[in-house]
Amino acid sequence: MSKRAESFPLHRREVAKTLLNARDDLLVVTGLGSTNWDFTAAGDCARIFPLWGAMGGAVPTGLGLALAQPTKRVLVATGDGEMLMGIGALATVAVQAPKNLAICVFDNERYGETGMQTTHTASVADLALTAQGLGIKNTGTITDEGELNAELDTIVNADGPVFRTIKVRAEPLEFVLPSKDGVHLKNRFRAELLGPEAL
Amino acid sequence: MEWGDDIYKAIKEAGVGQVAYVPDAGHKRLINACIDDNDIKAVSLTTEEEGIALSAGAWLGGEKCVMLMQSSGVGNCINMLSLIETCRFPFCAFVTMRGQWHEFNPWQMPMGTTTKQALQTAGCLVDEVEDPSDVGAKAAATIHKAFVGQQSSVLLLSQRMVPIKTFGK
Repeated sequence: MSKRAESFPLHRREVAKTLLNARDDLLVVTGLGSTNWDFTAAGDCARIFPLWGAMGGAVPTGLGLALAQPTKRVLVATGDGEMLMGIGALATVAVQAPKNLAICVFDNERYGETGMQTTHTASVADLALTAQGLGIKNTGTITDEGELNAELDTIVNADGPVFRTIKVRAEPLEFVLPSKDGVHLKNRFRAELLGPEAL
Repeated sequence: MEWGDDIYKAIKEAGVGQVAYVPDAGHKRLINACIDDNDIKAVSLTTEEEGIALSAGAWLGGEKCVMLMQSSGVGNCINMLSLIETCRFPFCAFVTMRGQWHEFNPWQMPMGTTTKQALQTAGCLVDEVEDPSDVGAKAAATIHKAFVGQQSSVLLLSQRMVPIKTFGK
């Protein structure tokens, strides 16, 4: 098993904090499962919609939101395993080409929730190249803090769709869990974005 | 299939902003009407389950999304429908049926004969229509059930209403 991800310099919890704090009006969809805990640790709030299931659904959820709210910036943050399960959605995003959507894959080359088994990115698969091949023009891979800082403005402000693989360390971390009540998560997000009359 | 115009009318009257679809012969007329409509974002999917999550995301953003697919695609949706069920998102889909009426392709039978049960098992409320003159009223009711009644609401469109496909055999 490839062990290289155990020494990647970027720590996912720090990356989540940097992204969440880059814009206080950023709307965030996080995928099953570690990116949920990362963004909850960074600051559990109503403008984050964490998916506790629906594996493969993070990108299309973010796309529906971005199309519905073209003046708001939407970030999908998900893991490599979750992205691989719904990889075709990147082509759907490319065809729609929403300017307000960014996708960041936190790639630790592992299935974190099931025992850190390697994903296909640990050996041969390159998600940024895949996104490029599926039609997303603005893609790339971030491997350290300098690159993250240099790319941050692009991720949260540049015309999208933007796709970045962020190589993060495969490391054991404590769980920081958001509410798992889906109705509550949906309602708090809609109330924050659309006002109390949306409920 | 002129009944597609009746579904289109119901979609317009309900103020639907997004229509997600997988290309389908039965829905062709309706899909083309949605693509040509500048007020509808027509989203072509690579697999039906994307449309479930897209619908949820649209609702998070305050927009209604309707999904168009074929019965074989229902099988691709099952786990993703947990998103609708768990978060109680409104969901609306129109499904053209295969494996039901003069079906020439045995590969369409497994999903075609179990579509309704599969959807119901996944928490959807399912209605069916076989008479083209009833499509308009049932389409409006299906959309109302989804977005006013806030349910997971699916209308199955009988294979009797689409031309018999033979691939020349």
